[in-house]
Amino acid sequence: MISQIFILSSKGDHLIYKDFRGEESKDSINVFYEMVTALSGDQPPVVMSHKGLHFIHARQGGLYWVASTKTNPSPFTIIEFLNRLAALTKDYCGSLSEKSVRMNFALIYELLDEMVDFGYIQTTSTDILKNFIQTEAVSSKPFSLFDLSNVGLFGAETQQSKVAPSVAASRPIMSSRGEQYNSKNHGVLMKADIHGEIKIKCFLPSCSEMRIGLNEELSIGKSQLKGYSSAVRVDECRFHQAVKLDEFDTFRILKVCPSQGEQTVMQYQLCDELPCAPPFQLFPSVEKDYVNRVLIFLKLRCDLPPKSTALNVSITVPVPKGSTSMSQELSSPDQTAELQPKNKALLWEIPRFPGGAQLSALFKVDVPGLSSASLLEVGPVSMSFELPKQTCTGLQIRFLRLSPTQTGLSQRWVRYVTHSDSYTIRI
Amino acid sequence: MPYFGSEEMVKELKRALSNPNVQADRLRYKNYITKVIRYMTQGLDVSALFMDMVKASATVDIAQKKLVYLYMCTYASDKPDLALLAINTLRKDCADPNPMVRGLALRNMCNFRMPGMTEYIEQPIVAGLRDKASYVRRVAVLGCAKMHSLQPNTDIDGTIVNELYALLRDPDPVVVVNCLRALEEILKDEGGVVINKPIAHHLLNRMKDLDSWAQSEVLTFLLRYRPRSDDELFDILSLLDSFLQSAHAHVAVATLRLFLQLASAHPAVQADALLCTSAPLLATCGAASRELRFAGLCHVQQVMRSQPGLFGTHYKRFFCGYSEPTYIKFRKMEILVELVNDENVALVLEELRSYCTDVSPELAQAAIAAIGRIAQTYSEKCLDILTGLLALKQDHITSAVIQMFRDLVWFCPQSTAAVCQTVEACVDSPQDSEALLWLLGEHGDQISSAPYVMEGYIDGLKTELSSAVKMELLTASVKMFLCRPAETQDMLGRLLHYCIEEESDVCVRDRALLCYRLLQRGVEETRKVVTGPKSDPSMSVLTGRQEEPISQWASTFNTLGPLSGCDLCPQTAVISAADQPSSSAEKELLPESTDVTLSSPDDTEEEISLSLGPPLSHETFEKMWLDLEILQRQTMGFPRPRTALDTLQAALQLVKIQTLAFTPGATVPWKAYIYTRSTGTLILAELLQGDQHAPGIDESLVVSVKQQPVNQHAIRGFVSILKGVLQTLNVDSS
Repeated sequence: MISQIFILSSKGDHLIYKDFRGEESKDSINVFYEMVTALSGDQPPVVMSHKGLHFIHARQGGLYWVASTKTNPSPFTIIEFLNRLAALTKDYCGSLSEKSVRMNFALIYELLDEMVDFGYIQTTSTDILKNFIQTEAVSSKPFSLFDLSNVGLFGAETQQSKVAPSVAASRPIMSSRGEQYNSKNHGVLMKADIHGEIKIKCFLPSCSEMRIGLNEELSIGKSQLKGYSSAVRVDECRFHQAVKLDEFDTFRILKVCPSQGEQTVMQYQLCDELPCAPPFQLFPSVEKDYVNRVLIFLKLRCDLPPKSTALNVSITVPVPKGSTSMSQELSSPDQTAELQPKNKALLWEIPRFPGGAQLSALFKVDVPGLSSASLLEVGPVSMSFELPKQTCTGLQIRFLRLSPTQTGLSQRWVRYVTHSDSYTIRI
Repeated sequence: MPYFGSEEMVKELKRALSNPNVQADRLRYKNYITKVIRYMTQGLDVSALFMDMVKASATVDIAQKKLVYLYMCTYASDKPDLALLAINTLRKDCADPNPMVRGLALRNMCNFRMPGMTEYIEQPIVAGLRDKASYVRRVAVLGCAKMHSLQPNTDIDGTIVNELYALLRDPDPVVVVNCLRALEEILKDEGGVVINKPIAHHLLNRMKDLDSWAQSEVLTFLLRYRPRSDDELFDILSLLDSFLQSAHAHVAVATLRLFLQLASAHPAVQADALLCTSAPLLATCGAASRELRFAGLCHVQQVMRSQPGLFGTHYKRFFCGYSEPTYIKFRKMEILVELVNDENVALVLEELRSYCTDVSPELAQAAIAAIGRIAQTYSEKCLDILTGLLALKQDHITSAVIQMFRDLVWFCPQSTAAVCQTVEACVDSPQDSEALLWLLGEHGDQISSAPYVMEGYIDGLKTELSSAVKMELLTASVKMFLCRPAETQDMLGRLLHYCIEEESDVCVRDRALLCYRLLQRGVEETRKVVTGPKSDPSMSVLTGRQEEPISQWASTFNTLGPLSGCDLCPQTAVISAADQPSSSAEKELLPESTDVTLSSPDDTEEEISLSLGPPLSHETFEKMWLDLEILQRQTMGFPRPRTALDTLQAALQLVKIQTLAFTPGATVPWKAYIYTRSTGTLILAELLQGDQHAPGIDESLVVSVKQQPVNQHAIRGFVSILKGVLQTLNVDSS
């Protein structure tokens, strides 16, 4: 059972404080903040204890979401609850930041009041909560109760709250690891791990059943025969408990009655065997130039289909300790590169990287007291990027339908995004 | 700025709230109320506004009501008299036709934490339990628990308890779970809510209707149910089977815990359940939320204590992502070390090697330590990597590598030659002095430049700050003198002179005097004292993990225990917490120990059971030994058994006493360090024979016992068991 819940800003300001059981005084907030800021980087901060009171916290949106308890509960439950609280706050307030929490504190108190009673979790379902929540969300933006402005589907006239699109977005988080040799050969893929999920955001006032059709050739599990066609395959998948799967086996159709807000309908994983080549290939060469200088020549190729583009690509290359300065030759003016001595790394950023293109960059790094062993410190290269309109597994939403079809203003959109989580290339 | 001039602020608010113009304008009025709550959250004392807030509670606007109630609950205990004024409004609301208003009023009225509240809330609660709206019933059920917590020492109201038991059959799932929670609190002194067969089966059948939070809570309650027969057990398990794969990690893990507990007599079922849950557990290890990921990793570690092979094929999942925080990377490296086998060793080492040059020195050192641990099995490959790292000439890396070399030489003597060669090549900029000095002293004969390196240290002695380094230097120099006297004699003289004449630290001076006098007695005498074993491969068994039975950790599974184990000896902390409930089970498991206790001649103690538990590392033992006080020192009255030391070790092992280290047979004084565990405590002991400080009892064995946490009963039991063993051995050998 939870004794208190509080939300702190990263500077330690009290944003929300609710005491459910009256067991502990308000001082525990300060105790917590002192403890969490005193930790060094390698100490796990998730669970901390002080005189029999345990603090469990999650960090979301730069804020501390803390639950304190005197019992010994399941850490999974508490952490997932805190994450859920943060997600609900985001749903209601549009975004998750110190400002939005400050502005909507009355709403968050109301949420907490309905979600937890006497330290026991009552409900976190949006469907139930929406009946009880009376406070309107306050936002600095005109219509950001459900932050959809980035999609651009809304015109000014669609701001009535009745109009709401139903949305499916498939968001695989891709992390893959390639091993590359200094030769010009293709590297060997060492580890690839794709975590994907299909989320729906639905803001229809009364929602009937939604049918989500996936690729018909989708196969699940490793044992199944792949056949000759380029079947879409995932290793494992898990569904939200409200999803009806009676048509999934034959037609790959998910049926769900979505509640308002954001929901994860399906999560899937794929390890090691990617259906397509990893999106980036790197051809590096690292040489010792003359005294005290390292030459790093990177050739980066984007193996996406020509129509797609990678966005916000940033490449981090560790450089030897003590690097002082760097000169660079980049192929286009919109790219930037800088040396970060504190992280002993150089950062190369490419805002837009079209599929099929190849970019190269030459960095000359000055390292006083360079020895040949220092070259060992160069690498592994890590990359982060975003691939819009792209899924690495090839999983697609074939259709997205409401049944019975609703008349009037309902709009829908489907968005595919791939985020890199940890894309590392050894040199 | 609410923190300054707060009194002004409160006055201004008071003026505004009592202003009839403001009261007439609903929006403005509500704005001021919001402001009050905002200041309250920031820690400002706004209790002076209580009267005005009570007035504000009489409104039809539910949002405003909620804010005012929040205020009243916070300050009710400070202003009990004024709070009574609010009760009338609240009781009126409890009879409102709108169930939401009824529930809200009842919940907040129960939240007033002040004495004498019971008489006002009892009647609305009883009415609420029979309300037709499930929302009100939920609130009322928990209200019973709140009422009980207001006056914890009064008698339990039997009618309410019965009513709550009846409400377990309520159609609303949240009411059902709330009943369990309320009963658990009310009946805490009697052992909590009773889960008998009908209730357990009813709950199991309702599982599908519950939401995930309720599911995991019910699963926790079911932990205390014991099925009557195997048939019933398997029925329950098959009913719960699908929950092992739940999309919610907390449900899957709670189910696993229940499986492990219920099927404790069926290892095959346990293994199946672990296999089933390995997928969701692995998924949490890759979850988007770092905290969840961390919790997953900690639990994977726990599972691996019994089933190290379960995640073997998934080792790549534990490779670190570069954006992960350090504490997650640490856990992942610990897991990787455990997962190494013949097939993946090359890849794992390659991965760990790339962490060794990380920006964070702690992470780099931990990666080197991980390679060092793998080196105890795959020494050749690891030595190559470690040697390569030395070439980087970075202080924190070199120092960590040399420490690993020292451990490696100690555990795997076969790698000595290779290590010496490497050390030879790298000693021009030595960093970790203690480990390096130990290596130089111990293996000076194989490192040709050793005396010169040591000379460098002796010359720089005046600037050396750490007394530990100086002591190590003394020992190492004496050892070096024994194998290469010609090169060492001169500098040893200088060293001893400095340490005896100029050193201010008493320990260092004593050590120097000891060395000096030893050398006066002659080289052979010195050799006998100074040279100990150069390595001890058998020790690696102690530091390596053995497979533990699942029952060792099942009781802390899915609790905070595995996550907060960040102190020096996490395992002991976990074990000691775990042992208390399962001590009876342990007694059954360990028939030998009780046998021995009974056969011991002067045994007047009650039975006490010892257990081995996970092995302690040398560092942990040393740290604890230095930290703890001696609780009991006892002269055994007989010398140590004349048997071979192996026999002694084996005999102690038989009664679950673990031997950490002992001096070789003929040395005087003879010492041995042993430890064991018993019902939640860890007992450390030293056996000593021939103490120079007490020459009178030269021939008798002295036992010093330390313990954490203190439990005198366990100590007495331990000493008598130990005595029994030693006496038996003495009889055997004579």
